[in-house]
Amino acid sequence: MSENDERKDAMTRRQFIRKGGYVAGGAIGGGILGASISQMFTPTAPEVSKTKNEVVQKADVERFNQALMFFNKQEDFKVLAQASERIFPADDLGPGAIDLDVPFYIDHQLAGAWGNNARDYMLGPFYPGIETQGFQSHLKRNEIISQGITRIQSVSQEKFKKKFTELSDQEQDEILATFEKGKVKMKGVSSNDFFTLLRMSVLEGVYADPLYGGNRDMAGWKMKGFPGNQMSYLAQIESKEFLEIEPSSLHSHIASPKK
Amino acid sequence: MAKTLPKVDVLTVGVGWAGGIIAAECAKNGLNVVGLERGGNRNTEDFSMIHDELRYAIRYDLMQDVSKETITFRNKLDQKALPMRQLGSFLLGAGVGGSGVHWNGHTFRFLPYDFEIKSKTIEKYGKSKIKDGYMLQDWGITYDELEPYYDTFEKTCGISGEPNPLGGKRSSDYPTPPMKNTVMTNKFRDTAKKLNLHPFSLPSANISEAYTNPDGETLNACQYCAFCERFGCEYGAKSSPNVTVIPTAMKTGNFELRTHANVIEIIHEGGKATGVKYIDTLQGEEFIQPADVVVLTSYVMNNAKLLLVSKLGKPYDPKTGKGVIGKNYCYQLNPGSTGFFEKERFNSYMGAGALGQVVDDFNGDNFDHSNLDFIHGGSFVVSQSGFRPIASNPVPPGTPLWGKEFKEKSIKYYTRTIDAWFQGSSMPHQNNYLDLDPIFKDAYGVPLLRMTYNFTDQDRKLNDYLNKQSDKVMKEMGADTVVNYGKLVDYNIVPYQTTHNVGGVVMGGDPNISAVNNYSQMWDADNVFVVGASAFPHNSGYNPTGTLGALAYRAAEGIVKYSKSGGQLV
Repeated sequence: MSENDERKDAMTRRQFIRKGGYVAGGAIGGGILGASISQMFTPTAPEVSKTKNEVVQKADVERFNQALMFFNKQEDFKVLAQASERIFPADDLGPGAIDLDVPFYIDHQLAGAWGNNARDYMLGPFYPGIETQGFQSHLKRNEIISQGITRIQSVSQEKFKKKFTELSDQEQDEILATFEKGKVKMKGVSSNDFFTLLRMSVLEGVYADPLYGGNRDMAGWKMKGFPGNQMSYLAQIESKEFLEIEPSSLHSHIASPKK
Repeated sequence: MAKTLPKVDVLTVGVGWAGGIIAAECAKNGLNVVGLERGGNRNTEDFSMIHDELRYAIRYDLMQDVSKETITFRNKLDQKALPMRQLGSFLLGAGVGGSGVHWNGHTFRFLPYDFEIKSKTIEKYGKSKIKDGYMLQDWGITYDELEPYYDTFEKTCGISGEPNPLGGKRSSDYPTPPMKNTVMTNKFRDTAKKLNLHPFSLPSANISEAYTNPDGETLNACQYCAFCERFGCEYGAKSSPNVTVIPTAMKTGNFELRTHANVIEIIHEGGKATGVKYIDTLQGEEFIQPADVVVLTSYVMNNAKLLLVSKLGKPYDPKTGKGVIGKNYCYQLNPGSTGFFEKERFNSYMGAGALGQVVDDFNGDNFDHSNLDFIHGGSFVVSQSGFRPIASNPVPPGTPLWGKEFKEKSIKYYTRTIDAWFQGSSMPHQNNYLDLDPIFKDAYGVPLLRMTYNFTDQDRKLNDYLNKQSDKVMKEMGADTVVNYGKLVDYNIVPYQTTHNVGGVVMGGDPNISAVNNYSQMWDADNVFVVGASAFPHNSGYNPTGTLGALAYRAAEGIVKYSKSGGQLV
């Protein structure tokens, strides 16, 4: 499938995303509370698309933050992307990991504090522990993912004599399952640890606030029925009906930093 | 060379609920107080970007940075303890307000049975009911003696609730009415009533209406925004030290809050503390802060660690069962059941930290244990604190954990499950304790605290019993599929379970088996008070903060008394 075909296909899938009926947020009583909320000025946000056509147009807007901060080889990034897509595939419910920009989310996270275990205890000595003692590897998350991606490639060559990106969906699943089961030999970490880390990163990229670069257009939230950042459910909390609420992201209440 | 600062009347090590209460009460009584807090300050305006699951709930932005300090852990004595390299099983707070910022606000009172657990168990069931190795002990105070302090804490916080029909006597009603109910919580309440159980609204520190407390601090009404546990409240609608006792202390003019002050040692001689040594972590310099009274008000882990590092109090030895610092470390169990509902869809994404219904029929000694091979029980809850999409992916058993089927089912059941679960009590055991690690150190070169802990037979039996109860209720609630949380295996420090760690510096009436008296005053050092859940000799089947708050108010009364008369207060 050429890149153009993929793109067209992605657009068709995006059209499946159903928009929920909008339910207005509850009015919030005055005092200090009212004041602090009215101060939360919404700057000129891009207009929320309302028709299918607009959804397609929006997808064509160039996203300048979509380039690699961590991976060096585009081929490695492609493996990461396709593995992510198998973990969270596009289907009738809506977009998969690639159309949600999950691979960029993961690449950018790996380059930062989390990828470098900045808030984890990383002092030695390192000893192998038992399962109940938790993760004891001296490797950083970005080293684990890097090594895992390289191993996905080498295992595809061993098994199918092909690149991972040339395999069918089913063959890709087969490879990933061997990692999940801990059957692939890795250095300083088990292949199950790698897979667990990758899986969790994919779910984060699908469902984290779009400020992190995944969950494109809040489509992850729309699929799941999660309305994101809402200031209040006071007026709806007792509702006997299930309410579909148009999601809102943190961007919606960032104040303008200008004078 | 550490610079010595001018002496103060009282210093607290940590400024969370315990430190904040001590500061407010002592400062109101004219004592000058310094609060040494190793984290930074934060207030309501720091939480405007709080609706961020990744940053706060997954990456733990408000929690302790374990690159600087963590604990080590092993299940049993003959294992090598290894560092908890990432947060997991429990989430240690950090910064002004401590865990009181990111708590859910469940504010219970323990049962009268809890405070006299040993005497009452023996009285009703005989000595043989307490099996070998279980270090059950009375608390050196009764529920009735502690009741006025519970009342004070609830009024400070503005707790929303209704009386527990099976709880201890109350001197007054909750200051604000119960929280609203949802389809989920009503379903549990109605089913419980049908089964002749006694449901009541979860006592909540996310409060139901605007409220001004007796100190004049105002809290706003909860907006049910669903970002509570692991988050700070952007509305000032969750009671925290930052919106109650800390501003109260500030207003007196007698309180100085000193942040980025990491205490590394209690300085003492001849059974009296003279002050503490701390590192100003911004300046990178050491200081000595002298004080007439030193109050340890950090979390369970650090209260025990500071005493051990400073060689104050006799360390507990699991081989002999003697010594007191580090003993009776307890945790909690979380049995329960998930119900999958095919025909209903719930507004699972809405909620508040302590929005829920509770049943206490299986807690404490509220049910007969004559024919059961365990004691105590747990509170039974359906709460709707707001389910968020990264962490909440419930799927029926047998579902793969990734791929097309996982995607479909995790999306489907996200709004089609209810959990009914217990906070199972935790009994002290000779082999579960805290001491210093012989190998691993923190960023300042101080040994890490070592935790030796595993679930015991008592826990396993209680867990199985409670799972059966939750299965039964969940079926009655109409779930199409009911799956309970399963048997207890060895305690694992990785998956999140609960941040209800207790013990290590326990209270009691006998200095041979307790470190502090019922004013949280150390038996071995009259001018050292150790306040917090570290004083619990066992953990009940509830969230600990209500009891911690009550004990802190009592300790504050003790410190004021001590500053006038000196000596042991009991």
